[in-house]
Amino acid sequence: MSEIVLPAVATSRQRWMRRYGLPAFGAGVIVLWIVLAVFAPWITPYDPNFVDVAARLQPPSWAHWMGTDTLGRDVLTRVVFGARISLSVGFAVVLIGAAFGTLLGAVAAYVAGWAEEGLMRLTDLVFCFPPIILAMAIAAALGIGTVNTCIAMLVVWWPKFARLARSLVLTQRNLEYVEAAQSIGFGPAHILLRQIIPNAVGPLVVLVTLDLGNAILVFAGLSFLGLGTVPPTAEWGAMVGEGRQLVQQWWVATFAGLAILTVVMGFNFIGDGLRDWLDPHARNR
Amino acid sequence: MPATAEALLRVRDLRTWFLTDAGPVRAVDGVSFDLHAGETLGIVGESGSGKSVCAKSIMRLLDEPARIVGGSIAFRGRDLARLSEDEIRDVRGREIAMVFQDPMTSLNPVLRIAKQLVEAMTAHGRFAASVARERAVSLLRRMGVPAPERAVQSYPHQYSGGMRQRVMLAMGMSNEPALLIADEPTTALDVTIQAQILELLRTLNEELGTAVVLISHDLGVIANICSRVLVMYAGEIVEEGSPGELLSDPRHPYTWALLNAAPRLDSEAHDRRLVTIEGQPPDPRAWPEGCRFRARCPFAIEKCGEHPELLPIEAHRATRCWVTQQGGALHRPDRVPAAAAEPRQATAEPLLDVRGVTKHFSLPRDGLFAPVRVLRAVDGVDLTVERGETVGLVGESGCGKSTLARLVTRLHRPTAGRIMFAGQDITHATQAEIRPLRRRMQMIFQDPYASLNPRMSVGEILAGPLKLHGIVDSDAAARKRIGELLDIVNLPARSTQRFPHEFSGGQRQRISIARALAVRPDLVVADEPVSALDVNIQAQIINLMVDLQERFGLTYLFIAHDLAVVRHVCDRIVVLYLGKVMETARADALFSNPLHPYTQTLVAAAPVPDPRMERSRRHVPLSGEPPSPISPPSGCRFRTRCPKAQPICAEQEPELLPDSRGGAVACHFAEVG
Repeated sequence: MSEIVLPAVATSRQRWMRRYGLPAFGAGVIVLWIVLAVFAPWITPYDPNFVDVAARLQPPSWAHWMGTDTLGRDVLTRVVFGARISLSVGFAVVLIGAAFGTLLGAVAAYVAGWAEEGLMRLTDLVFCFPPIILAMAIAAALGIGTVNTCIAMLVVWWPKFARLARSLVLTQRNLEYVEAAQSIGFGPAHILLRQIIPNAVGPLVVLVTLDLGNAILVFAGLSFLGLGTVPPTAEWGAMVGEGRQLVQQWWVATFAGLAILTVVMGFNFIGDGLRDWLDPHARNR
Repeated sequence: MPATAEALLRVRDLRTWFLTDAGPVRAVDGVSFDLHAGETLGIVGESGSGKSVCAKSIMRLLDEPARIVGGSIAFRGRDLARLSEDEIRDVRGREIAMVFQDPMTSLNPVLRIAKQLVEAMTAHGRFAASVARERAVSLLRRMGVPAPERAVQSYPHQYSGGMRQRVMLAMGMSNEPALLIADEPTTALDVTIQAQILELLRTLNEELGTAVVLISHDLGVIANICSRVLVMYAGEIVEEGSPGELLSDPRHPYTWALLNAAPRLDSEAHDRRLVTIEGQPPDPRAWPEGCRFRARCPFAIEKCGEHPELLPIEAHRATRCWVTQQGGALHRPDRVPAAAAEPRQATAEPLLDVRGVTKHFSLPRDGLFAPVRVLRAVDGVDLTVERGETVGLVGESGCGKSTLARLVTRLHRPTAGRIMFAGQDITHATQAEIRPLRRRMQMIFQDPYASLNPRMSVGEILAGPLKLHGIVDSDAAARKRIGELLDIVNLPARSTQRFPHEFSGGQRQRISIARALAVRPDLVVADEPVSALDVNIQAQIINLMVDLQERFGLTYLFIAHDLAVVRHVCDRIVVLYLGKVMETARADALFSNPLHPYTQTLVAAAPVPDPRMERSRRHVPLSGEPPSPISPPSGCRFRTRCPKAQPICAEQEPELLPDSRGGAVACHFAEVG
């Protein structure tokens, strides 16, 4: 037998980098933002709401790395504090919306019949409205405030999870392990919650991750329009809104905008990576 | 085989490896064979033996990370292993065609059949589009597709599996290739349809002179049409010979084991246990030194530590075994003489008694004003299962056997009829009412990959039923019982921490059985429990089920489409066709003297791994496919395919009447004594 020369293949390290390099970078960015948000009071040099009119609209300097805004507040401090609001609203809206939507969609798929029709037409109904307009209308009706905005966002947020969960449960419920669980004697609640949903959770996790960036963006958009947070709360969308007319003083809006950009990008990278990781077809590439 | 003729295909020392991150997987590891023009060559082996990869290597249809790392494939003066991508594309379809196992996925669902056939013919520039269209119709007619003019206008989903396989064959033959490779072409089909497709393959080979490479795990299928057989094990050819010699006098212990593990329709043994070989095939990442079969071989000698070569032993026969190369013989397996079956005392009441049970599924309407369509899956079936008995349910797919299994376990709600289980009427019991009874009847499912929840460890899977039914009162007791259960099904005790994907198909089926036995049931409904398994694993699972029945006094309702398996394990057999019982009888009587024409054709269609048997057997041709259960034929449901059909069969439905064998048969013309 002649010696067999194996063709060169990429090392496992190269493959890992090609596949998970960006997601790892995204995860790094998000972890950094979470650390900043948690330790904000200890790492920022100023109080986010400390007004110093004498030092208003100062360009970036050693004292104020990102300059100051129209009321002389330190932009860096406000950007770091803004992460607290944006991240917590993003997580709250997406996780609550996902839990509610998933449960509703999963139940609809599992019980079938009229309940399914009703629940799914309800999701269609919500889908009929442009989400940001509907959220704006609800937010305006409830009054301005972080919690009210979250509620408004939740109303438009759950249907996509309901749809995805329904289709995932539909594919799972015809598999034999579900019949096996029925024939052992497990009740529908156990089968749905303990057996089917754990198997359907992969794509939902991907949607949650991709959606976190989206939720943060929508919340910033509502704040930008003046519907999100009550002034003087430090919030990225509101900060971009305040700085939007200041062309000369670019730093007021730019750094808040960059914060939004990095967070949304980070979540998207993680989501893409998760999707590849969960998809066996993409995994072998 | 004329030794002088130049071989059409000459494979030499072919090595196809999967270059994975964890090291090379040596799937095909030094395969050499010749194929002459017009020859039919069979390749047998269990899953993982490399037979499919071997075929795909010839077509160069390998996906990453598979590579041909060595050897040559000489075909009509070229080396296929070294052709460029463009050159091999010219060979594919035009000179070598391939038919795959799954006819459901090998046709494009959004294109009409005519378009796909025409494309196949015009792609190589051999036919103009107009000519190709006419040829498509005549090819389909040649392949036995009814009304081919209409058929070409259809989409693949409008066809059954057998018809799609005919379309695939038409496509394969459309460019008049010199070689047709068929990779398990009938594995997904019913036995009657399988017989039709094999017959078609045989006539194509005879009339057109196309050489055929047929890959199968089923020795019966191979014996049916091949003139030469290669047996593959662990990436190598271990034996080569004509089917007649190879199947009656195997010279490699692996062939010997395969033959003895397969349950046979024609066997006379009354023992239910099959001969199996222990263990699993070796890991293809690190083939063992020496003979790769040594660890499982009952004949191994010291010399087997060296790797044997495939050497000729007689004219046209070769084997890769030190024992038989030196003239050693492989003895007949020792069968434990069957203990005289104790006559089963007929107990007062049967464990399961089903009367006139019916299940109709209503389908969505075609249009707003279209009538509601009803699928009559099960239509008035009577079934009695005595305690300790094994009753087999057989029939083609769509005959309602799986639905019936789900009716008696009340996973489905019957439309009409009555189901008595252990003296209790469970026909209309709610799920809550039936829950205590679930302890006494359990199910084993067909697909070992889908029937275990992939997110639960084996320990959790087995603990579920124990806790639900309050069989154990503490975690410690649960652990102890799980240990016992794993021991019963011969799995190592450390399996509890592992997840289903870490097990092979046969091991998963053992976990499934352990789960069913966890609650100590009386009745186990097994829905095709071995049909997804390799022959040897199938034999192990059958043996296990037989053992368990003796140990725990289980009663089985055994559903299968493989008649040989059913014959082997069942006391009594019920033959279903389109939701109705056609015949019921004791297993030996049913096979030695089938009364219903449908049973006769089923028995005749099942392949037997013995070419001499094949030639002498009575072949009752069964043309056509089963009609749709949405609109079954009037009168006798089998009349549209029945060789004995008379006008009365369309008018009057035959009753299921007792016959002289102690069974019952539903046919106007059965010789009921």
